[in-house]
Amino acid sequence: MNPHRRSPLVVVSTALVYFFLYMPIVVLFLFAFNSSKTNILFEGFITQVGPTEIVSGNVIQSPCGPFHWFCELAKNVEVRNATRNTLTIALISTLTSTIIGTFAAIALQRYKFKLRTFSEVSLYIPIVIPEIVMGIGILVLFSQLFTLLNSALSLIGDSQLTLGLTTVIVSHIAFSVPFVALVVRARLHGFDQSIEEAAMDLGANELVTFWRVTLPTIMPGVLSGALLAFTLSLDDFVITFFTTGPGASTLPIYVYGLLRRIVTPQVNALSAVWILIIFVAVFLTQRLQSRQAY
Amino acid sequence: MLRKLREDKSFQGTILISPTLLFMIGLLIVPLLLTLVISFGSRAPDGTVIYGFSFHNYVRLFGIRTECAGGESICFDPIYAKILSRSLSLAFNTTVLAILMAYPLAYFIARAPLKKRNTFLFLILVPMWTNFVIRVYAWMMLLRTQGVINGALGWLAGLVGFHFTPLEMLYTQGAVLVGMVYEFLPFMILPLYTSLEKIDLSWYEASADLGASPFRTFLRMTLPLSMPGVVSGTILVFIPVMGTFIVSDLLGGRQIVLIGNLIQNQFLIARDPTFGSAASIILMTMTLIVTYFYTRKFGFSEEIVVV
Repeated sequence: MNPHRRSPLVVVSTALVYFFLYMPIVVLFLFAFNSSKTNILFEGFITQVGPTEIVSGNVIQSPCGPFHWFCELAKNVEVRNATRNTLTIALISTLTSTIIGTFAAIALQRYKFKLRTFSEVSLYIPIVIPEIVMGIGILVLFSQLFTLLNSALSLIGDSQLTLGLTTVIVSHIAFSVPFVALVVRARLHGFDQSIEEAAMDLGANELVTFWRVTLPTIMPGVLSGALLAFTLSLDDFVITFFTTGPGASTLPIYVYGLLRRIVTPQVNALSAVWILIIFVAVFLTQRLQSRQAY
Repeated sequence: MLRKLREDKSFQGTILISPTLLFMIGLLIVPLLLTLVISFGSRAPDGTVIYGFSFHNYVRLFGIRTECAGGESICFDPIYAKILSRSLSLAFNTTVLAILMAYPLAYFIARAPLKKRNTFLFLILVPMWTNFVIRVYAWMMLLRTQGVINGALGWLAGLVGFHFTPLEMLYTQGAVLVGMVYEFLPFMILPLYTSLEKIDLSWYEASADLGASPFRTFLRMTLPLSMPGVVSGTILVFIPVMGTFIVSDLLGGRQIVLIGNLIQNQFLIARDPTFGSAASIILMTMTLIVTYFYTRKFGFSEEIVVV
């Protein structure tokens, strides 16, 4: 008997589920090349290259040819701002949460201290409560705190404390840290501590041992944690939605705002670019992980 | 101080954990406690919070009203109770559908030759990491009256010569259900795969050699061994479905209000943070109760870590 043989029922349902997963993505891509501005029906590709020409809502000619909406996207100032905000938030929150999350993982895996159980439980909470509960909590905290501080320090006008990039960044750190700690701990779990003892026996102090022996060994875990934190931050909608303020929209927030108004194929172009980036990123991560496995 | 740092292990541990703990206390524990405190308060006319201790927000959430149209002092208004039960049943239906769809797929990947597994998994990860909002948008395009599905159906009907009236699919319960399943299906597939992959392929042969039919093998061996995956997948799907508001917002229109929409609305539109906080506390309690009983019955396992 061939152990890889599966019943036709399994094969067919697998194919159907893959179809279910990919049909929406294919449609998103296709409509990014739509000549129709309203983007309700697919009116065909933009075939002619030349100065933009629009006839009754249909783009028939564009300097970028079929890639008209991608060019429009690149020119869109709001998209540029949202991209800059998204990347700023993701970079700062990833850097911070990776460092402090790695420390936390080491502490929880190696040390006994008073607040240990409390720390473990609090790190599990963000994983088992709906994101909106955490988002609302942070919103309540900041709005009460800012109201208090603004009146206590009698701040007025532009100097008032409001929601914005900073509040989003600290919130992103808070929800990524548990995931970083989890991933790094998993790596530390299989760590052979005798190599550290060997380093110390050979005269290295704790810091040198950590820097030259421990850190390089757990580095793959730290990198996976950082990558996860980065993706979680890029992707986050709910917590950003409740902690952001004027001028601090991220890409998901911007897209959500558009979806409630008029949608041009620019949104599809944005989605297509995003999916391509994810495609490459997931591909590279998998390659990296499978190389580590050997 | 330095000497203490070098020798006291407990002190070192505390130092290492403290930045994380600072974030967890400041942006998780304190916010949750504050939400709880505010949920007992009441709303001032200008939308700010009057602190107090009263259960009126919770009473209102479960349907008891003190201002009634008929002039009675107390009456039953099920509007919020309906939102709660609708959210619960949607989360339940999504989870069941996700299990039914994820199981064959996870099983297929787990029994595929080792080299091909990574490719099949890769194909799961791409939609999973595609932005949440973008995925909802894709379904808006598919489901609307002039959308892709109706277009395809109309074309098919035209081929066989049927008259076709476009289906009203967007802004229905079904649309929200499909959207939720689409959003969270990968979170069911991955833990299921992790548990199915642990089953050694030779066991299937052994089971067949001992005379068990494929169905019996599935029932007596595969299914019980994959239970940790089912449990983890259920938790990973059920909890976020309970709290998500964009899917119902964009695919359900104004008609399908879930507890997430209620909370969002109370904070951003109705401007009653105290009632919104009460709803948030109830949401958290419901998910914690479900998770607690579910994991107590079936156990909590490492499959929960899919990422």
